[in-house]
Amino acid sequence: MDMQVSYLDRLFDAGILMDMGVDGLYARSGLFEDVVSGIEAMVSRVGRADGAETMRFPPGMYMKHFEKSGYMGNFPQLAGTIHSFCGCEADHMSLIQCLQAGEDWTKDQKATDLAYTPAACYPLYPIVAARGELPVEGGVYDIESYCFRHEPSKDPARQQLFRQREFVWMGKAENVQGFRQKWMDRAQAIMTELQLPHEIEVANDPFFGRAGRMMKNTQREQTLKFELVIPITSTSNPTACCSFNYHTDKFGQTFGLKTADGEVAHTGCVGFGLERITLALFHHHGLDAKLWPEGVRKALWG
Amino acid sequence: MKEQIRDLLSKHGTLPVAVSDIADDADLYAAGLSSFASVQLMLGLEEAFDIEFPDHLLNRKSFSSIQAIEDTLKVILEEEAA
Repeated sequence: MDMQVSYLDRLFDAGILMDMGVDGLYARSGLFEDVVSGIEAMVSRVGRADGAETMRFPPGMYMKHFEKSGYMGNFPQLAGTIHSFCGCEADHMSLIQCLQAGEDWTKDQKATDLAYTPAACYPLYPIVAARGELPVEGGVYDIESYCFRHEPSKDPARQQLFRQREFVWMGKAENVQGFRQKWMDRAQAIMTELQLPHEIEVANDPFFGRAGRMMKNTQREQTLKFELVIPITSTSNPTACCSFNYHTDKFGQTFGLKTADGEVAHTGCVGFGLERITLALFHHHGLDAKLWPEGVRKALWG
Repeated sequence: MKEQIRDLLSKHGTLPVAVSDIADDADLYAAGLSSFASVQLMLGLEEAFDIEFPDHLLNRKSFSSIQAIEDTLKVILEEEAA
């Protein structure tokens, strides 16, 4: 924990991140965003060959789609739903009184039609499903979103609102698995170019509770998830900076995604944690980006 | 014990085929048992047999067939009796 706190403090002191009063919620400096843009450009260069359709999402998604996704079944502890005041004038008065008395004013807030996006690819599935069957060659999508996860932490690499850049594939099982392998190779090449030490590991999602224990074991046994990890705030417990996921036909079944020949589509995705890769660069190459190795600067900014 | 397992599989397994048509050693995942349904089945078995699956048995293999489930339950009951 000390190493996490000291890295966060150093980032604050250098003005790279700015404290917003809550653990895991930070303002980013211009330099931080320049690095993020550099990483995005590298990923775009590598992925361009696949002819992916580009979409960018706001950080919220439709509650009905969120419910359908099954996220509350697996990760209720991480989810965020958006609530608002929906009362009358009398309710407003009692809200103001609560606020003035320092009491809990949020208990009467009502759920809106929005939930925070928990992973960048979640809003994509209903959009693609609504179009009907996938093209014969399947679908490839280049997406990005701010995502929310309720896990306040002093570790700057574990933020509550952060960006995921993803490539998502939909189609036949064998094609989806091939895409995943291709992106595992590509992501490693990107990290080598950025001179970041990295490894690929079998991984699992943070499923909730005892039932989640079984989901974690099952996910590992089937090697449905790999992560590219980089030591940032801990060498013994390196941080997942990319993940490579094969969802089998889970989202295909859930959202009604069909291949051109009418079969349930399989899906997979690669996610790049833009803040985490940026933090890895500052950790390994120093807080002054002007002093970063020439090769790294060139890879990011040409 | 197998009959009780079959009843619970019928209740929680959400299989596209009748449980009575599944042989004791048939692969339940091939028969359509999803990860989510296997978790429901696990919780159902814990309640019915008043046991708790230890972490090392919370895996795909433990639920791969009716026979495998019975074998797993026997291991747990023996471990709990010891």
